Amino acid sequence: MAEALANYLWPWLAYLLVGLLQAGLLLIVPLVGAMFFVWIERKVSARIQDRLGPTRCGGKFGWLQLLADGLKLITKEDLRPGEADAVLFRLAPYISLCASFAALLALPFSNGWVAQELDVGVFFILAVVGLEVFGVILAGYASASKWSLFGAMREAAQVVSYEVPLGMCVVVPVLIAGTMNLVTIGQIQAGPFTNWLIFHDPFTFITFWVYFTCATASVNRAPFDLAEAESELVAGFHTEYSGFRWLAFFMAEYGSMFAVSGLAAILFFGGWNGPLPITDWLGLTPAHGPVLGWIGNLLGLLNFVLKCIFGVTFMVWVRWTLPRLRIDQVMQVCLKYCTPIAAVMFLGATFWTYMLPGGGGLRSMPYANRYALTAAPYAKPVGSAAETKPKTSAEKNFAPNGNDATKDRVAVTQTAPGGE
Amino acid sequence: MQLLTQSVGVSHFLVVGAVLFIAGVVCMAVKRNALGVLMGIELVLNGANINFVAFGSNFLRSDTAYSLGLDGQLISLFVIVLAAAEAAVALAITLNFYNNHSTVDVDRADELKG
Amino acid sequence: MNPINWHTVFFYLYALVACGFGVAVVISTNIVRMALYLIFSLGATAGLFFLAGADFVGSMQLLIYVGGTLVLLIFGVMLTAQGPLISLRTSGGDWIVAMLLAGCLAALLVPAGLTVSSWNTGRPAPTTEQVAGNGAQPVLVSTTEKTPQIPLAGGLPDVDNNGIPDKQPITAAPIGLGLLGARVDKLENVPEALRPGMSGYLLPFEVISVHLLVVLVGAAYLARSKRSAMNR
Repeated sequence: MAEALANYLWPWLAYLLVGLLQAGLLLIVPLVGAMFFVWIERKVSARIQDRLGPTRCGGKFGWLQLLADGLKLITKEDLRPGEADAVLFRLAPYISLCASFAALLALPFSNGWVAQELDVGVFFILAVVGLEVFGVILAGYASASKWSLFGAMREAAQVVSYEVPLGMCVVVPVLIAGTMNLVTIGQIQAGPFTNWLIFHDPFTFITFWVYFTCATASVNRAPFDLAEAESELVAGFHTEYSGFRWLAFFMAEYGSMFAVSGLAAILFFGGWNGPLPITDWLGLTPAHGPVLGWIGNLLGLLNFVLKCIFGVTFMVWVRWTLPRLRIDQVMQVCLKYCTPIAAVMFLGATFWTYMLPGGGGLRSMPYANRYALTAAPYAKPVGSAAETKPKTSAEKNFAPNGNDATKDRVAVTQTAPGGE
Repeated sequence: MQLLTQSVGVSHFLVVGAVLFIAGVVCMAVKRNALGVLMGIELVLNGANINFVAFGSNFLRSDTAYSLGLDGQLISLFVIVLAAAEAAVALAITLNFYNNHSTVDVDRADELKG
Repeated sequence: MNPINWHTVFFYLYALVACGFGVAVVISTNIVRMALYLIFSLGATAGLFFLAGADFVGSMQLLIYVGGTLVLLIFGVMLTAQGPLISLRTSGGDWIVAMLLAGCLAALLVPAGLTVSSWNTGRPAPTTEQVAGNGAQPVLVSTTEKTPQIPLAGGLPDVDNNGIPDKQPITAAPIGLGLLGARVDKLENVPEALRPGMSGYLLPFEVISVHLLVVLVGAAYLARSKRSAMNR
């Protein structure tokens, strides 16, 4: 898109506009999404506790409640304890918010609809979501309150521990797909729902549940919300916060819930591919023209967002169903259960793909397809074949000391004009 | 403006690495808090890492044939892993010291002094 | 006038953040502030890695270094940051010696980095016409994207690269293969006879795995002895 715009505008302006547009689209998730998820949380928790939840504000389902909540929080006074470290106290919520927002950068919302397609997308999202913990820790320290500090210490211990099983679980689908590029992982799972990686073999099926447990812990949700623990620590790390900064913490929390649910949707549940390949049946693919392809992608976006919302709702459901764990139980779940199970699942998935390279289980897609997708980045561009042929043949012959190829490369880079 | 129209080369990265390295060395020398010394070590390792990545990068120099290639990136990965291991051990030692002497001041760790 | 090279702009941005906060770590006396500055400095370093085309190393820097090691470090800071320990001041004499040391190192390292002329400028970027003539998609020098339009740092597609940058650097798979023993980027450097037994970084990889295990056991041992000392 930026390349197309660059023909009409200054290149830097085109890139700036496209960048701002993408950032604006992504901002919808933590801002509007958070309000929507708060409403879901209130309704679901009310139903679980045999209440009605918000009903008065704006129609039957209280859907305006979220706007009223937002307005109330923005107009609240921004308090700061006298003992607090002023700079860190003010900065902390925004660190959390930035981290959870930046994770969406590499998340593909539909086939190719991604702000920045990264070859290491999976690790990038994990890394950036993991940075959210700094906001919590700094808030806990800067508040100069015992409750906050306790919450922050628990959070630090918990997040460092849970990154280990989380990383191991994520590696299992990566191993099967053969790439860390999230767009390619999504494309591999095209077709009916039997192609989803969760149904690839029994090991991925169990891996998903371990992943979801660890993801819930790493985004600090009940039953692992020890940093908050309102029954013991008043409100944990955000005890001293009010108004917009408090809201920022919550937007960060819901934003990263969305991010880890999105990662689960792509890694295990086919991403933007629906349970049945309806877009293929209707011919809504880019092969049938850009407009039809765009409509197909829009349906894919709908699929993906629905899967994410389902993931978040599932977390809400778990939160209001299970009691909170103690800190030693949290560590026990991580070190005694999640990590060994994830390790065994990793080994199992390795052996499964080694013994059944054609894919056992429900999976029907031939693996040649998969290799075609994952090897695509390594393929040579068709247009430049004529010019590069002599050199590639030299490379193929493996000139013993590599002099020919090296010379060629140097010559090419030296003759390339531009840049001076 | 001249600065912004030229492409960056290995040298630019080397200077950044040197600044981080020097900051780390000074940090290790002047900090009395054991954790401050640990932070200095992290800075030194990062300065070295920047150099490895810069030498391994193919497009930061005109004679790409002489770049380290993947070697630079692989070694910087090893450095990152070693830094994690080193931090874990150093932290365990520091916390033990803190438990026994209730201080993290490295100048107070002089029991073995003759 | 030449157009602004956005790769350079982003380089200076990240370099300024990395160096500025690196120096701030030294100057600051509050240990918690130091930890915060260190986060920013190392995060900006990850940005520099992305700019150098090492996206896998950059992600690893964020995941292991910033997300793991520094959280551990801050954990230690919060356990020990009480009262007078938060800011331990250094005497003036120490500062003078340290500044002398810094001056010597700077006088040695910075000129050393600038001496080799081929290090001073980057690889020339291809013009748009040249790229379009080769049938690849148009690539502009300027980009606001995090990873610049650069060829792979030493991996497969670079083999038939004639100055045309690929859309993305691809390093994860070549690095993984390198750790397992196959060096896809340096195949031509190895004599034919040695190629089947090429080991790459397999041995260091195994050594570092065992090393991590040893560290795990050692750290657990230290933590255990601490608890028994407390009970006594």
